[in-house]
Amino acid sequence: MKKVYSLSLIMVLALSVILAACGNKSDNASGGASEGKGSSDVKVGMVTDVGGVNDKSFNQSAWEALEKVQSAGGASVKYLQSKSDQDYIPNLNQFVKDGYSLTWGIGFNLADAIKTVAGQNPDAKLAIIDSVVDAPNVKSVTFSENEGSFLVGVVAGKMTKMNKIGFVGGEKSPLIQRFEAGFQAGIKAVNPKAEFIANYAGAFDKPDVGKAAAATMYNEGVDIIFHAAGATGTGVFNEAASRKKSGQQVWVIGVDKDQSLEFGDEVTLTSMIKRVDTAVEKVSQEVIDGTFKGGTETLGLKDDGVGIADTSSKNVPADVLKLVDEYKAKIIAGEVKVPDTVK
Amino acid sequence: MSKLMKIFTGDSFILSIVAIIMGLILGALVMLIGGYDPFEAYSALLTRVYGDSYNFGEAIREMTPLIMTGLAFAFAARTGLFNIGGEGQFLIGMTAASIVGIHVHGLPVYIHAPLAVIAGAVFGGLWAAIAGYLKAARGVNEVISCIMLNWIGLYLSNMIINNYALLDGENRSVDIQPTASIAIGWLSEMMGNARVHWGTVIALLAAVFFYIFMWKTKQGYELRAVGFNQDASKYAGMNVNRNVVKAMFISGAFAGLGGAFTVLGVFGYQSVMASSPGTGFDGIAVALIGMNNPFGIILGSILFGTLTYGSAGMSFSADVPPEIVRIVIGAIIFFIAAQGIVRWVLKPFYAKRKKEKVL
Amino acid sequence: MDTATPVVELKQITKRFPGIVANDSISLKLQKGEIHALLGENGAGKSTLMNIVFGLYQPDEGSIEIDGKPVIIDGPNRAIELGIGMVHQHFKLVQPFTVTENIILGSEPRKGARINYRKATEEIRKLSEQYGLRVDPNAKIHDISVGMQQRVEILKTLYRGADILIFDEPTAVLTPQEISELMEIMQRLIQEGKSIILITHKLKEIMQIADTVTIIRRGKVIDTVKKTETTPQELAEKMVGRNVSFKVDKKAAEPGEVVMHMENILSKNKDGMAVLNSLNLQVRAGEILGIAGVDGNGQTELIEALTGLRHVDGGKITLHGKDITNLTPRKVTESGVAHIPEDRHKHGLVLDFSVSENMVLETYYKAPYNKNGFLQYDEVDKKATRLVEAFDVRTPSIHTMARSLSGGNQQKAIIAREIDKNPELLVAAQPTRGLDVGAIEFVQKQLIAQRDQGKAVLLISFELDEIMNVSDRIAVIYEGQIVGEVLPEQTNDQELGLMMAGSTVKRGAAHE
Repeated sequence: MKKVYSLSLIMVLALSVILAACGNKSDNASGGASEGKGSSDVKVGMVTDVGGVNDKSFNQSAWEALEKVQSAGGASVKYLQSKSDQDYIPNLNQFVKDGYSLTWGIGFNLADAIKTVAGQNPDAKLAIIDSVVDAPNVKSVTFSENEGSFLVGVVAGKMTKMNKIGFVGGEKSPLIQRFEAGFQAGIKAVNPKAEFIANYAGAFDKPDVGKAAAATMYNEGVDIIFHAAGATGTGVFNEAASRKKSGQQVWVIGVDKDQSLEFGDEVTLTSMIKRVDTAVEKVSQEVIDGTFKGGTETLGLKDDGVGIADTSSKNVPADVLKLVDEYKAKIIAGEVKVPDTVK
Repeated sequence: MSKLMKIFTGDSFILSIVAIIMGLILGALVMLIGGYDPFEAYSALLTRVYGDSYNFGEAIREMTPLIMTGLAFAFAARTGLFNIGGEGQFLIGMTAASIVGIHVHGLPVYIHAPLAVIAGAVFGGLWAAIAGYLKAARGVNEVISCIMLNWIGLYLSNMIINNYALLDGENRSVDIQPTASIAIGWLSEMMGNARVHWGTVIALLAAVFFYIFMWKTKQGYELRAVGFNQDASKYAGMNVNRNVVKAMFISGAFAGLGGAFTVLGVFGYQSVMASSPGTGFDGIAVALIGMNNPFGIILGSILFGTLTYGSAGMSFSADVPPEIVRIVIGAIIFFIAAQGIVRWVLKPFYAKRKKEKVL
Repeated sequence: MDTATPVVELKQITKRFPGIVANDSISLKLQKGEIHALLGENGAGKSTLMNIVFGLYQPDEGSIEIDGKPVIIDGPNRAIELGIGMVHQHFKLVQPFTVTENIILGSEPRKGARINYRKATEEIRKLSEQYGLRVDPNAKIHDISVGMQQRVEILKTLYRGADILIFDEPTAVLTPQEISELMEIMQRLIQEGKSIILITHKLKEIMQIADTVTIIRRGKVIDTVKKTETTPQELAEKMVGRNVSFKVDKKAAEPGEVVMHMENILSKNKDGMAVLNSLNLQVRAGEILGIAGVDGNGQTELIEALTGLRHVDGGKITLHGKDITNLTPRKVTESGVAHIPEDRHKHGLVLDFSVSENMVLETYYKAPYNKNGFLQYDEVDKKATRLVEAFDVRTPSIHTMARSLSGGNQQKAIIAREIDKNPELLVAAQPTRGLDVGAIEFVQKQLIAQRDQGKAVLLISFELDEIMNVSDRIAVIYEGQIVGEVLPEQTNDQELGLMMAGSTVKRGAAHE
């Protein structure tokens, strides 16, 4: 009996390993296809965090940007996905030791690894998104997410009918809290009476947790949720879509990219765009042009590094969008200061 | 020596090898269907792992915790327990080592580092002993309590790091004291900064300890007896419940050591983890491949580590998605568990061998 | 009769398993209306052969003919179609179901989508009247006795239309009264035109009921004889392959002082029911006390209480005057009790240990086997070699797994280990269960030898013959109590059987 029991457990284990593999299987399969498409021998590599290039979030944005660079003939590109945080350093090293001109680390989780690798290879060029690594050969790109979040906060504050607005974050880190702070400030600015609930799923790769968090919020009467949770946010969209089908009036505000393209206008109110792609493209181009320099760059509203999706006009009325534009101008002008930490 | 030869010509060893080969073939078939070249892929995999000293060192880094969690599972299995809580014990071991590594000051390296390692072992062991105690005292199935303890271990670890050791504004703990590090600086330098550490040596010693303890000592005899037949053990006057707790403690200590190595030898700090690292579960696979034999487990973790670490090379040089490797590993586990299939494949060979013997 | 077409004919059946030939070109003819006994030691190949007839195994060579027509029996369903039914040694019944439900399970008469219980009950009632199998169709299985359960098994085969019945060791679990009832049922079945194959190793039953006997040894047919033309002695010799003596040679006992004394023992199970109830027992030095009783009347609990495996809720157990009540099994062992357990696979041996490792199961922690926490395998092996030789344990090597030994040799190994402890009291629970004639003889001789050395021996057995032959004194246990004590030379099977069934018999009442 015991044997049967443990054998079946083992079978389940084996099966789940296989299924997990199939489930993850990337549709655009491999890192950068044909090399030497352009005349350039510049090679740009990219290491994702555990999310992978199909996270419908910043890893994907970054990879799409690199593919664009490749099809323009500027460089050949390739990525490596990390299975755990122990993989970051060897993966970065794989590119560095292979003589890549630039190696990206996507996401603040790679900050320590980038720092280590940069220190051990002073001649290599590296770049990181969402975190600051202080080394002469590393370009750090960060964003003023609070500013962009403020704008979608304005939209949410204006458009909520229940006067209850939610926020679902991934890991509770200073970065994600910047989203929350800006969003909350935006709501306050236009609708001081609106109630605000924040929840952190604790992970960027757990759609099930995201779905559960969204369900809880919608049950409590929230009608608009802004998520900053990577793939976990997919669950938020799923929950909203199923409620929409049954007639409930709920919305999601997307993050990083225009997520209405992915999840449809029916549930996506608007999206807070973070131009990871622009940043990746820009810095990669600097390497191609030979103008790359280490240092930190923070992209905000004024650099068009963050903003609200162009397709927002579908669901958001013109007067609200006008208000958004006004606030945008004020923030750029410095008249409105957006907090970057949660009080 | 002849004993060693017996292991390599034994039935179970041959079955494992054939299962591994079948797994690799299945992986190759999947690659062919997907339009990839399996030879290129496998050679890229091997080149990545054994091609240069840096990657070789990193591959060893990948294998080391697998040896520990593999030993953890096997030790419990030898005593009739299904310890799938390696994951939680690994995390608790990590956390204990982190706390000792961070908050104990002013000790020389030859005391501080061993202390941190021992803390990892002890707390990993105690964590497992909870499941052992629940089974002994309350009859709670260890599978269920272990699964729950995995989750509790994950969130407890995060809570401890968040509250007592967090690096400001980051998602990880502050660095451990340099005196607690078990990294091997000179070797690491020689291997292109690969993160090699003393944990690997301890892991190999742990396998030897496993063997001697299990098959040479009085306590090991008792544990094995309890593992094979609780009723007969009770009849023979052994205290079954106490042995269950002991077995779980030692098993958990192995896993806890694996966690301690990761903090003290690889990272030098501990991240707040969104999800379990999975090393504990991979250890189950390693133990299965290694047939619950400590030396088999070393071989199993070499295989497992080579495959997982090499998968990045496969996708880098041959553009094969690294997930293929999970299919290969899954298939190997499947074939090892479903020995009937392997025996069926081997049948013609066996028949031949027997005939030869008769002649 | 020999000229008639046999209902079942097995021709040159050969079945090989890896390493052994279980059946080596066995031929057998079952005539209509006869009881054909299949006699052989354990592992002789009887069960394999019957499993082939019942379709559970396929023969490697040879053929089966039913009523003169060759058939291929590829599964039990096919066997049932051909009118073959099997009454297994271990009943395959669903405990919480009623008799009817169990009988129709798998071939339920339907009325639309529902089961037609009325029709089923009616049919079963008819069948039980026809064959004299009185049983209440609406009783639940767990409420009826073992003998009744066996009748349900028989009815099950009849309900499916069996004409050929295979009985696998049917008397192993029955009381003497139930055995004689079973014999009557079998006679009745024959009268009604059924044919029976009876698997057994009990010569007494064969002499009583069989018409023809086929003796199998090591997978081969040794002989087929008419019962009327043979003797038990001849059958036994053919079965074992050498001379055997049935009479247990022993001198008269010379009982000494009381070694073990159980006083008013009370022990309750999980549900709070008393499984041992004011039980009193004394065993003296130099005597064998046999405990007779039907299985499940507290024998197991008695041994467990004595050896420290079960908690005693009341009363006192002393060994040479020393209180050993509720000591741990180890302490009990150390105070001089050796125990040959009832279930040698469950309690007696760690089957995945080598013979050598099993020899120190209770003494591994003591010098010279344990030195500073390390097991001294040299010493262990030395002991194992000595015991294997002294007790004639047939094993390829002392490092062979206990699992791969035959039942008899496993038992010998246990006895060797227990006797080697030089105990004050030797508890032997069913020491000959499942053993063949040769091994039984050996075990019984060992028990008597212990007695002759002045040891106290407590023998628990469900085999009345064994109790009668080996014991110096017999105590009968019924529902957790000792209901009577008799001397073997002053009683008989009938009287003991009645006592085992709970009636307190006045001395002499059963003597006619």
